[in-house]
Amino acid sequence: MSKNDKPISDFKNSFEEIESALESTNFRSRAWGSLKADKVAFASVAVVIFLILVAIFAPFFAPKDPLFQYIDGLSDVGAPQGLGRHFLLGADQSGRDVLSRLIYGARVSLTVGIVATALASFIGVMIGAVSGYLGGWVESFLMRLTDIVLAFPILLFCIALIAVTGPSTKNVVLVIAFAYWTYLARIIRSQVLSLKEREFVIAARSLGLTTPQIIRRHIIPHLIPTIIVYSTLGVATSILIEASLSFLGIGVPLPQASWGEMISEGQKYFQTAPWLLVAPGVTMIIAVLAFNLMGDWLTDLFDTSAMGVKR
Amino acid sequence: MTMNQIPLVEVTDLKVYFKGSAGILKSRDIKAVDGVSFTISKGETLGIAGESGSGKSTLARSLIGINKPTSGSIAINGTQISSFKNSALRPIRKKLQMVFQDPYDSLDPRFTIFESISEGLQIRNLAKSEIKDEIANLLQTVKLPVSLASRYPKELSGGQRQRVAIARALATKPDLIICDEAVAALDVSVRAQILNLLQDIQQESGISYLFISHDLSTLRYISKNVAIMYAGKIVEIGSSDNVLTHPQHPYTKALISAVPNISGKRGTKIKSVGEPPDPANLPGGCAFNVRCHDVLPQCSIETPKLLLNLNDSKVACHATANNRNSDSSKGGELHV
Repeated sequence: MSKNDKPISDFKNSFEEIESALESTNFRSRAWGSLKADKVAFASVAVVIFLILVAIFAPFFAPKDPLFQYIDGLSDVGAPQGLGRHFLLGADQSGRDVLSRLIYGARVSLTVGIVATALASFIGVMIGAVSGYLGGWVESFLMRLTDIVLAFPILLFCIALIAVTGPSTKNVVLVIAFAYWTYLARIIRSQVLSLKEREFVIAARSLGLTTPQIIRRHIIPHLIPTIIVYSTLGVATSILIEASLSFLGIGVPLPQASWGEMISEGQKYFQTAPWLLVAPGVTMIIAVLAFNLMGDWLTDLFDTSAMGVKR
Repeated sequence: MTMNQIPLVEVTDLKVYFKGSAGILKSRDIKAVDGVSFTISKGETLGIAGESGSGKSTLARSLIGINKPTSGSIAINGTQISSFKNSALRPIRKKLQMVFQDPYDSLDPRFTIFESISEGLQIRNLAKSEIKDEIANLLQTVKLPVSLASRYPKELSGGQRQRVAIARALATKPDLIICDEAVAALDVSVRAQILNLLQDIQQESGISYLFISHDLSTLRYISKNVAIMYAGKIVEIGSSDNVLTHPQHPYTKALISAVPNISGKRGTKIKSVGEPPDPANLPGGCAFNVRCHDVLPQCSIETPKLLLNLNDSKVACHATANNRNSDSSKGGELHV
């Protein structure tokens, strides 16, 4: 705060000073700085990036074909092989490689998690922002619609929708998005309601900014923390919903691997082949935890009260 | 006031009503501003005083186009703006700027001071290099060091922020700045600095102010003319000397006698009993008649008009109009 102590009479038109200071508040450098300082955040971001890379380059990472039933995956009496050199995380009841299925399963789980959440966030932000900013009958209509969707238990709602549409990866994504947008819509609406009455928004209006400009510069930036935090947590929830649907047998259709389906199948052989349950279970815990912790870090990063504080 | 010139701002019979509900399916207008007229000339300051809920802020917000007037007209330099659509209003709107009460909320916390002020500049279509020059100039005008440009509002004091808010308002080169309780949130020494700054700016640039405050001493200090509002109406308007030293309206007298007197001389305390009326359910006639100490039978029937008084101020009061004939010096001993 040494610069603050300058006497007021010291009018130096030092534009370099302005420029260098503007640069130091650069968002990217601030994010990197906080990431270096926070080990948990660093680990969670690393795990998330690793999972995404594994999912994208699944054929490269997977040691075996996830769908092929290896004859040596089963013992002479037909029991799945345990952890070993051939099958790093063991084989399943059909002789398929568990590690390879996990890696390909990451594709399904992350795709469903991220795409469904992105869709849900988009719908939620649009409906929330529009009803919050416009008010009137538009708001009444959209919010009653939200209430109706919200009135159903989310898993029951998904099951009902899947029963109608039929199970497929695309339908699972759409169904989760359709059931999940309501939460964000409500939060965004309430935030927009209070934001549009803030004095800096009214000041912007009196400065002659257009409504789209005000929404872009003064409303949305204040919503981004909420959207990002909620979306990150939403990815974790979507992964869990997808797993639940797959566990119930109405998620991603067989024989495609997904973590929920693996847990569902694995629990049948839990006593003789615990790795069938433990491997996808632990993977999912790590993934969900990583997304949640990353959400926490983003909350801190976007916290306005920390704005401008030199680290 | 010059009569032959077009005033900078001319507000005529402005009404701003809000829809309020009175039970199921019934709605009743809330008369926040109810038939207000005044003019502000170039380089002049009009102060507006009144209790909370008297419609001061709604008046200010309707001038900058946040609240749509129900009826009446607002003219800037002779141009009617009240009937304009938002898009057509935009270039004219920059002629009117506002400085808000809460300097902790009027600057976007995500914007640096540089970014906040440059929002006011964007309507002037300046080149990038000009923007920097202009911001440096503006910061100097409000007596802030240029190095503050890269700071966030959080790092500034209340007084500094209010200076930034003034700089942002000045950025559009406005003709009138509306100060809505602009110094109410500041402590006394900072308040004096900001008031002096506003006066300096006025002397240099000839800007006009509409200064809203509940603090009569602030108004006396900064404004040439003062209007007193009660329940959405102006009850007394005139030069600040006349209105604040020789108040005519019973409400003005009550307001002034509520100000603690530093001389220790106890004048006759005039108290108004009761609460300000519910704007959705105003008493008939003069809205002040239920609290007035000088009430006449006609007060609850007929709404008094703003009439020119002996000493060039306008007063809306039946009693004052009657007394004028017999005794005009009543209330003259009151001081702020």
